[in-house]
Amino acid sequence: MEKEVVQIIAAAGAIAVGAIAPSIAIGMIGSKGLEAIGRNPEAAGKVQTGMILALAFSEAIAIYALVIALIVKFV
Amino acid sequence: MEISLAAEKVFHIGGFPITNSLLMTWIAIILLVVLGYFAGRKPQMIPKGIQNFFEMVVEMLLNLCDDIIGDKKVTRRYFPLVATFFLFILVSNWMGLLPGVGTIGFHEVNSHGKEVFVPLLRGGNADLNTTLALAIVSVISIQIFGIAAIGFVKYGKKFDNFSGPIEWFVGVLEIIGEVSRMISFSFRLFGNIFAGEVLLTVVAFLIPWIAPLPFYGLELFVGFVQALVFTMLTLVFIKTATADHDGHEETVSQTV
Repeated sequence: MEKEVVQIIAAAGAIAVGAIAPSIAIGMIGSKGLEAIGRNPEAAGKVQTGMILALAFSEAIAIYALVIALIVKFV
Repeated sequence: MEISLAAEKVFHIGGFPITNSLLMTWIAIILLVVLGYFAGRKPQMIPKGIQNFFEMVVEMLLNLCDDIIGDKKVTRRYFPLVATFFLFILVSNWMGLLPGVGTIGFHEVNSHGKEVFVPLLRGGNADLNTTLALAIVSVISIQIFGIAAIGFVKYGKKFDNFSGPIEWFVGVLEIIGEVSRMISFSFRLFGNIFAGEVLLTVVAFLIPWIAPLPFYGLELFVGFVQALVFTMLTLVFIKTATADHDGHEETVSQTV
């Protein structure tokens, strides 16, 4: 197969597979965070801060996959 | 539609190449300095206008830092660096969305012999060099704050702990963790902003009318969130680096 074909398939595959786990993680973090806020509305500030932090960490993994896809496609 | 992963060089100053992202960061710095000068020029007890706006911003940032660190006096020590991170990254990200950035430029023939379009300006954080520089500054200042707060010996104990083989291995993992923080900081910011630029380019290429609007909204939001996340992560790591574990153990032994 030619280089361009492999590049396109690899880029699409990288981001497609690489976004599965982070999206599950973000969903779980969000649901647990909202549940915690619902149970204890007074601690909403602390829960929110920790939740956003955890969201950033897990989203970063999806961004790594995206960067690899972009590198494969454009370099 | 041309998308270049690396920031394109626009001109040279005596052999040092200036990229379009570097130009944007300079413009962002000049903008922040000028705004800051005008905001603090004649401070009044009842603020109006630009001083009012900046007092609002500073108060929001102070509350954020207080929430994470917990101690108001300690926040003052770390606030300048952390607030600078937030303001610089936010202004850089949002200025990358202005019309003219990425679209005004010139044509030149690149090294492969093809004629490409080189934009004059490009989002400041869409260049891995900028984000890597920010990440290195962040990680090194975390180390410096940790050493300044609890002393060199106690801070070094986290990394080379010879009290047992498992502790030594954990120390090695901590060092690897610090380096990986540098990489993760830089790639998180670069990936989000660069992917946002690519997304806007592609959507504007496909449907130039109306359709890019929600994506611009998304990019505004992402720019703000990435600045916030960089700031908050730096704060959290500063907090864990300056945490004094010995104080904890003393209270435990006293209760026993």
